[in-house]
Amino acid sequence: MTDTVLDLGRSPLSMLAITLVGYQLGRWLQRRSRGHALAQPVLVAIVVAGLAITVLDVDYPDYRDATELIAFWLGPATVALAVPLHRQADRLKGFVVPLLAAILVGAAVSIVSAVLIARALGADDLLERTIAPKAATTPVAIAVADAAGGVPSLAAVFAIAVGILGAVAGPAVLNLLRIRDRRARGLAVGAVSHGIGASRMLREDETEGAFAGLSMGLSALAISLLVPLLALWLL
Amino acid sequence: MILGITWLVAFQLLGELVVRLAGLPVPGPVAGMLLLFVVLRLRRYDDEGSIVRAGTALLRHLQLFFVPAGVGVVTMLAVIGRDALPIAVSLLGSWLLALAVVGWGAVGLERLLGRPSDDLPAAPAPGAR
Repeated sequence: MTDTVLDLGRSPLSMLAITLVGYQLGRWLQRRSRGHALAQPVLVAIVVAGLAITVLDVDYPDYRDATELIAFWLGPATVALAVPLHRQADRLKGFVVPLLAAILVGAAVSIVSAVLIARALGADDLLERTIAPKAATTPVAIAVADAAGGVPSLAAVFAIAVGILGAVAGPAVLNLLRIRDRRARGLAVGAVSHGIGASRMLREDETEGAFAGLSMGLSALAISLLVPLLALWLL
Repeated sequence: MILGITWLVAFQLLGELVVRLAGLPVPGPVAGMLLLFVVLRLRRYDDEGSIVRAGTALLRHLQLFFVPAGVGVVTMLAVIGRDALPIAVSLLGSWLLALAVVGWGAVGLERLLGRPSDDLPAAPAPGAR
């Protein structure tokens, strides 16, 4: 009896259900706390599912396979970031040069500062190579870290961590920095916290979300071009 | 809904194709996003169309789609614990620095080019997000 229940608890269907319920719990907390910054559904769902697979003793690769149905939608949803951008396209006028320049410089600052701070605090070469592309969206961070000689699965964790950081703290920090142009706000969060940051900005305002999505795409391109270049003298 | 999703998947596939043929270092979906943006612009696609409805519905739950990759953190806890300080300070410091550079950089260049636009009031009201 116990074995049957435990087997069902470890089944792919159960993994899907736990992930969805964790996400709904996060959404419920977000509503209950009237949109408190810490109540990000992605954070709550990761904690719930992470605890569940630890307690149930499910291997992560098995969990990953079981939830492929959910992870699949990241692709079409990324393509869909073209929609808010299309609706906000008028606001691109007069902003193209600032946008491109800021993203390029921001990507370089992100890579160089991540490596130098890690080195100053005693990180080894492997960790430096893994942390360099952390601002890029997850699949890019994985591919770039791999090509640079880092650890791909750890790079994915770093990318998601800074994504969640942007979703939690992005708008508040932008207020502290007195950045009030919604386009620049979206741009900044998309550049450092990719899609997860963009999802928070979309909740705040469509313009911020649209520019965060565009920024995520262009930053991914800039980071994947800059990491191999900067690695020549930095790593 | 399904028509819109069909278009989104088709553009993702097109993005993958362009990325592979041109050897670009970006993921297919990002190329697909830029291609779809160009097509929506050229077609002057309207707000009630299937792509807009499906896209808006998916984007509302963008965070959910990151969960499976994020749960991978459980396999990395030992590695992260060993280097917790450099990892935490590097992630946080570099995030903050790049956020400020992009935000201030974009605003500064706007001013330089003479097209500043402050959307938010100078002093946010208490309790404003």
